Amino acid sequence: MEDRTFIVDIQEVSKSYRRGAQVLPVLDRISLGIPEGDFLVLMGPSGSGKSTLLNLIAGLDHVDEGRIRVGDLEISSLSESALASWRAFHVGFIFQFYNLIPVLTAFENVELPLTLSGLSSKERREHVETALRLVRLEDRMDHRPKQLSGGQQQRVAIARAFVTDPTILVADEPTGDLDRGSAEEVLNLLEGLSSDLGKTIIMVTHDPRAAKRARTLKYLDKGVLADAPETALAECL
Amino acid sequence: MLLKLLWRNAFRHKLRTALTILGMCVAILAFGLLRTVIDAWHSGVEAAAADRLVTRNAISLIFNLPLSYHEKIRAVDGVKRVSYGNWFGGIYIDEKNFFANLVVEPRSYFEMYPEYTMDDFQRESFLRDRKGCVVGRKLVRRFGWKLGDPITLKGTIFPGNWEMVIRAIYKGKYDSTDEGVLFFHWEYLNETLKKTSPRRADNVGFYVIEVTHPDRAAQVAGEVDQMFRNSRAETLTETERAFQMGFLSMSEALITAIRLISLVVIFIIMAVVANTMIMSVRERMGEYAVLKTLGFGALFLSILIFGESLVICGLGGGLGILMTFPVADLFRQQVGDYFPTFIVKDVTLLLDAAAAILVGTAAGILPAWRASRVRISEGLRRLG
Amino acid sequence: MSLLVSYSSRSLLTRRLTTILTASGMALVVFVFAAMVMLAEGLEKTLVDTGSPDNVVVIRRSAKSEVESGIERIQASLVETLPQIALDSAGRTLSAKELVVLITLPKKGAGSKANVVIRGVEEASYALRSQVDLAVGRWPRPGSLEIAVGGSVVRNSRGVRLGASIPFANRSWEVVGVFNAAGTGFSSEIWGDADQLMQAFRRPVYSSVIFRLRDPADFDDVKALIDGDPRLTLEAKRETDYYREQSEMMAKFLRVLGTSLTLVFSIGAVVGAMITMYASVANRVAEIGTLRALGFQRRSILLAFLLESMILGFAGGCGGLLAASALQLITVSTTNFQTFSEIAFNFSLSLKITGQALGFSVLMGLAGGLLPAIRAARLNIVEALRES
Repeated sequence: MEDRTFIVDIQEVSKSYRRGAQVLPVLDRISLGIPEGDFLVLMGPSGSGKSTLLNLIAGLDHVDEGRIRVGDLEISSLSESALASWRAFHVGFIFQFYNLIPVLTAFENVELPLTLSGLSSKERREHVETALRLVRLEDRMDHRPKQLSGGQQQRVAIARAFVTDPTILVADEPTGDLDRGSAEEVLNLLEGLSSDLGKTIIMVTHDPRAAKRARTLKYLDKGVLADAPETALAECL
Repeated sequence: MLLKLLWRNAFRHKLRTALTILGMCVAILAFGLLRTVIDAWHSGVEAAAADRLVTRNAISLIFNLPLSYHEKIRAVDGVKRVSYGNWFGGIYIDEKNFFANLVVEPRSYFEMYPEYTMDDFQRESFLRDRKGCVVGRKLVRRFGWKLGDPITLKGTIFPGNWEMVIRAIYKGKYDSTDEGVLFFHWEYLNETLKKTSPRRADNVGFYVIEVTHPDRAAQVAGEVDQMFRNSRAETLTETERAFQMGFLSMSEALITAIRLISLVVIFIIMAVVANTMIMSVRERMGEYAVLKTLGFGALFLSILIFGESLVICGLGGGLGILMTFPVADLFRQQVGDYFPTFIVKDVTLLLDAAAAILVGTAAGILPAWRASRVRISEGLRRLG
Repeated sequence: MSLLVSYSSRSLLTRRLTTILTASGMALVVFVFAAMVMLAEGLEKTLVDTGSPDNVVVIRRSAKSEVESGIERIQASLVETLPQIALDSAGRTLSAKELVVLITLPKKGAGSKANVVIRGVEEASYALRSQVDLAVGRWPRPGSLEIAVGGSVVRNSRGVRLGASIPFANRSWEVVGVFNAAGTGFSSEIWGDADQLMQAFRRPVYSSVIFRLRDPADFDDVKALIDGDPRLTLEAKRETDYYREQSEMMAKFLRVLGTSLTLVFSIGAVVGAMITMYASVANRVAEIGTLRALGFQRRSILLAFLLESMILGFAGGCGGLLAASALQLITVSTTNFQTFSEIAFNFSLSLKITGQALGFSVLMGLAGGLLPAIRAARLNIVEALRES
């Protein structure tokens, strides 16, 4: 059922992995529609394929079967270099281990995706400062990642993720490596991005606290998508 | 156990180890070849006999001595045989085809130089033909000559076109004998000079003296020089070895430079192997910590690391030594004409091995020290 | 772009020891290369500067140098009658008949000997060699047993200085002057009166005739006259060409030796760079995945790593050049294969050599970094990100 109001439209997507001679199916004819501005959380046991689905939505990998549309573009048919260009302006990433470039400062890390655009140095500076202000780290602009705490690093990563004003934000276990206080901060930020700025967020997590923030909750097990049952939630803990 | 661990560690990262071994191989190869080039430069000295002396004009090599000295030198006590000749310095077709060519008094000269062996029939045929010449095997190979071929040398010191016929081919008796020389009759030169520039006739460039016993060399040399002191052409008589060394000392600066450069290559490879070892050890810090918890001490760890470094250097060095022979052969084909001989000495191989051991040891010092000092807690953290 | 350069150069600095070791290896290779080429250049420069384009050197045909040459008095006189020879202020022809012989003098320190050029000169010789200047003392008087020595001879030979007496050819010669020859081959020579030297060495023939052309363009005519004259068995060369040819064999030898050694050594250095860059890539797999995820193309990754290895090479090149430039303080004195005589010269660093050395070092970096950079670019994004 194709609905034009969905900003992300996943149609009958299947994906398997090849290990040597063996073929392991991970996703089996998944279909999912994500409306704009939604805060979607994907949960499920390890190996259920949630990260795989996230990777497909973010254009990091190709589907074996099916179609994925994000915004106006059918990304499942794009070439690798076209996907790269697309990702730069349409997807914001937040990883479990922050994945900041260690040799660059906080400012430079946030600036990084903007260097792929045609913006001047002055324009880039404005965007970066705005983004860092939003995550309340403008006073740590010139610090390198190793001089920041885990929570601070993740906030920089969030700033980097939305500085290009992407179509969607994807987060893979964003609170997985954080203490309780930092995790709260990060989740607040993400929630704010969704409610105040209307950003579409797709998050994969094991953390039930994170799941609570979701507007839509989905459950993935053995490659099949379902609305999360209460018992399944309990199993995750 | 130690050996097993050592060996497997060395090959854990196959590409890195392979590259390091390659680098080591090339370095040892270069080192060995440079030494061989220096040895080749010295090979003239090696071939010198202890019972032969060379007499030449005391002022300079470019001045001659009168032929009349011949009888006087022969009369000196302790002298067994005397011969004489000139450096001819002729060009064969093109300057690029450089090789040594001399005129000599043939009968006495070849009696004094038994290391130039030739077939008796050929020798006779050369002695009988005043326009005949003797050439070494190396020259025959280089230019594709045959017995009986006519050759023309363009004179530089003695101008004109000098025609001669190959009457004999000589073989070197020892490895160190130069097989790249052309000899022809001094009489041919002298007769021609008498007609074209008589002022230059009856002069020789050098005398070679064979003494009855090597112990008498210094005494005979002194007597000969004394005999001609204050005469029109004073002489300088020295052992053949000293004479050859004289030539070498002229290129001293260059030889020293090449010796230094051969050391530089060792330092280059030392940096590379040290780098490899430091990287490998850094990656395995956690494991070394675990080994410590199991009770293995700093000594064990050090041996492990030094051993790994030595294995890599040993394999690379060994490969380099093996490859030295075919590459030296290749070299000999290209530049062998400019050196009397070009052989890889045993000493060179020993030095190759020593260099490999040195590099292996030096490269292991810093990483071994770091590993032996790893704190168990610190190391284990890296493993997690 | 500047962020790319920052990224690459800062990545190099995170592993300082490894970077230094690898760059040092490359620096050593560049040092050897630069040293050998600087030596060749220095030799050529010294010899070429020895000649002047207005002067002509006449030697015996097919003699390779003055040392081997012999010109009869009659022939020399004939040459001096050529109308194209310039005249000096007093109306005399600016030409000189010179004698060149080699004597052995002991070197300082080593105890070994060197073949030093003794040049018998005439009055016009001084005017013909504008590069030669008296540093101390005076020129030898004609008809005397006085000699003047070049600066390099004083520096390199034992017992040669102003006021000393040098014995050779059965006579004793007094050093009355030391001359500067501004980095030319003359600096390694001893000059004295031609007639006296010819008598002493019992050489009744000259070695060469040197003269200045009235008009440098006349050279071709002069050459045709001299080479073609059946009475003369001589050939004429422009002085600059004559000296340049003398350096050819040795300069070529030095260059060939230098280049081939460098190529072989560079294999070791490139291997070192390759090892370093592979490790660098292996350590940053997650980083590479992140960059790809953010939207950087494969070629950007390739470029970043290539840039890194080229900067590494460049750093090594600068280090090697710096060390090599210090060599310029050293003077080398050795025997020129071609002329058999001693010549002193310096290591000469030119802009061209600097460019070659730096270019070579960047090339080494490129060669070492190519395969690792390709590997980095070909990483699969998803697998790379898994390594975080």
